[in-house]
Amino acid sequence: MPEILTAPLTVSFPFTRSLGPVQSAFLTGLRERTVLGVRTTDGRVLVPPVEYDPVTAGEIRDLAEVAPTGTVTTWAWNPAPRDKQPLRTPFAWVLVRLDGADTALLHVLDAPGPHAVRTGMRVRIRWAPERTGAITDIGCFEPYEDEPGEDETAAGKAGAGEDRAREAGHRPAAPHDGVFDAPVTGIVTPARLDYTYTPGRAMSRHLAALAEHRITGERCPSCRKVHVPPRGVCPTCGVPTTEQTEVGPHGTVTTFCVVNIKAKGAGIDVPYVYAHIALDGADLALHARIGGIPYDEVRMGMRVAPVWTGDARHPDHFRPTGEPDAAYDTYKELL
Amino acid sequence: MSGQRTGREPVAVVGIGQTKHAAARRDVSLAGLVREAALRALDDAQLSWADVDAVVLGKAPDFFEGVMMPELYLADALGAAGKPVLRVHTAGSVGGSTALVAADLVAARVQRTVLAVAFEKQSESNAMWGLSLPVPFQQPLLAGAGGFFAPHVRAYIRRSGAPGGVGALVAYKDRRNALRNPWAHLHEHGITLEQVRSSPMLWDPVRYSETCPSSDGACAVVLTDRAGAARAPHPPAWVHGGAMRSEPTLFAGKDFVSPRAGRDCAAEVYRQAGITDPRREIDVAELYVPFSWYEPMWLENLGFAAEGEGWKLTASGATEPGGELPVNPSGGVLSTNPIGASGLIRFAEAALQVRGTAGEHQVDGARTALGHAYGGGAQFFSMWVVGRRPPTT
Repeated sequence: MPEILTAPLTVSFPFTRSLGPVQSAFLTGLRERTVLGVRTTDGRVLVPPVEYDPVTAGEIRDLAEVAPTGTVTTWAWNPAPRDKQPLRTPFAWVLVRLDGADTALLHVLDAPGPHAVRTGMRVRIRWAPERTGAITDIGCFEPYEDEPGEDETAAGKAGAGEDRAREAGHRPAAPHDGVFDAPVTGIVTPARLDYTYTPGRAMSRHLAALAEHRITGERCPSCRKVHVPPRGVCPTCGVPTTEQTEVGPHGTVTTFCVVNIKAKGAGIDVPYVYAHIALDGADLALHARIGGIPYDEVRMGMRVAPVWTGDARHPDHFRPTGEPDAAYDTYKELL
Repeated sequence: MSGQRTGREPVAVVGIGQTKHAAARRDVSLAGLVREAALRALDDAQLSWADVDAVVLGKAPDFFEGVMMPELYLADALGAAGKPVLRVHTAGSVGGSTALVAADLVAARVQRTVLAVAFEKQSESNAMWGLSLPVPFQQPLLAGAGGFFAPHVRAYIRRSGAPGGVGALVAYKDRRNALRNPWAHLHEHGITLEQVRSSPMLWDPVRYSETCPSSDGACAVVLTDRAGAARAPHPPAWVHGGAMRSEPTLFAGKDFVSPRAGRDCAAEVYRQAGITDPRREIDVAELYVPFSWYEPMWLENLGFAAEGEGWKLTASGATEPGGELPVNPSGGVLSTNPIGASGLIRFAEAALQVRGTAGEHQVDGARTALGHAYGGGAQFFSMWVVGRRPPTT
């Protein structure tokens, strides 16, 4: 039993987003150190804003500016920040209800440790030095003490932090037209996923044989069909396949196309032929490139053989064997 | 024959809405995009958000736009707060499956009025990337999207003996049809058959003008019961049959030219609708044709033509707007392809035809229409038959 293979699989792509009117105003506002929410039909201010009322489903467009200060409504300590998270040092994930808002915004709080974080604590935005119109324009939140006398109601209740926060939160949000110069209308959001991939037992057996320049399939014990590459199960009968069988190496081109446009990242010159090849003894065709013959001379029924180059596990391409072409009836079920 | 569905509540399509489809709808967010289609469907039905009991949302893989579980983010935009929301995913066929899941909720009397919405915003995504992840130990072939389909087209041409030019006829027809559909993405005014025939050969035998575009767009339909249909301001389209079938992408005996799942799905939807001769009994078909040659291929798979004869139907002009069996009078997927929405657009266009509200691309006297969608590696199929009259249960 060959070892079961594993390998890292990284998937990453820079997605783009068209923002629409509300998110455009919100993110452009952050660039200008202005936090905007949206007022719902029932008078609440949602930060971050949404385009449609969560209760009535109506379109909502009344923007309002809230304060850069707020209150932590709940939190979780993150002792080991990962790459691309907002802070390099351990931090708290926080939900912050900004003063003037009725809902909380998810962000991070720069704090020396979990002992320094509590629900109800007062925080303020620490703006990123370079701002582009993104949620990361808020670099993070940081602890903040309301200055005595700043709020008369709170001043009379020195030490009553919770009360002070509650009062601060009642400051009304100020209407805002959401209009800024050079608004941000779209953003790029890079996404990356890291997996550990394993092709499984059946494919690992197939790959081990390929490394020895042998092409193997597995025969279904029920329908007797040979699947290449094997999946460890017959897709038709749903039963496990265990009987190894070597197929090819010669096969028949059953159908093909001539590729005339260069695929991104492909080191293959166009035009080239992408073909379905039924290897002798296999009951379905695999897909491979045809080489060793001008592209416009490839035909259905042509007999071919694999060509390995260098240390590659897979054949680089298939070449003509010079055998007479196979009759259509011999491969018409294998297109 | 519709008695096979006895006990089910008859389902009516009372509202239909689409976005203006385009290569890039940078003026709207994903939420704004689905909203546009949904509002048009509600306006058509003269209903408000409060009249909708449940929302069913479909789109192709989440990887396309990179928004995982977009139904969460889009619930507000679709008025779904406090209501059941279902997400459907069956690759390119998903728009059709979405309509069928919604229809079944009404048919089973679980809900009375259901909003079905499907979308894709291809400008924010990369479908090729989403479908071609670099899997370790596998040899990347990088043949491109057409590289997957073109060998099947060659197989069809070999099997049927079709002359080479039939695909160009389909593309020429569908692109001209799109000129009569204000929502269509491609409006190629003055297009000629010669332009199609001389467009670059991308994946021989498939030319550039024979391939579908990448589109941003959404489609929505409002489905309701008999009582809802009685209150509707415009004549409804009635669902006479709906079916889905699946099969593996690869297996010994897979027939990519005429997949068994497609044949079985068609047989079931015809059985439900009491159709025994689809070519005679169906007045217009909206088929999922992403590459031109799939029109004759599906004509055979769906029983409109005998095996090997589909291309003759196309070549005879029968599938033109004035022909015996107009196919894709909307311009089809060849003119508009927001992948996740493409199936629902086929279903919606079939409904528009039997309601008599298809505008400039209306087929005169259309009483019974087929909407068809497929996806994956010819892995998923979904179809419905809609009619001008209610089913006779």
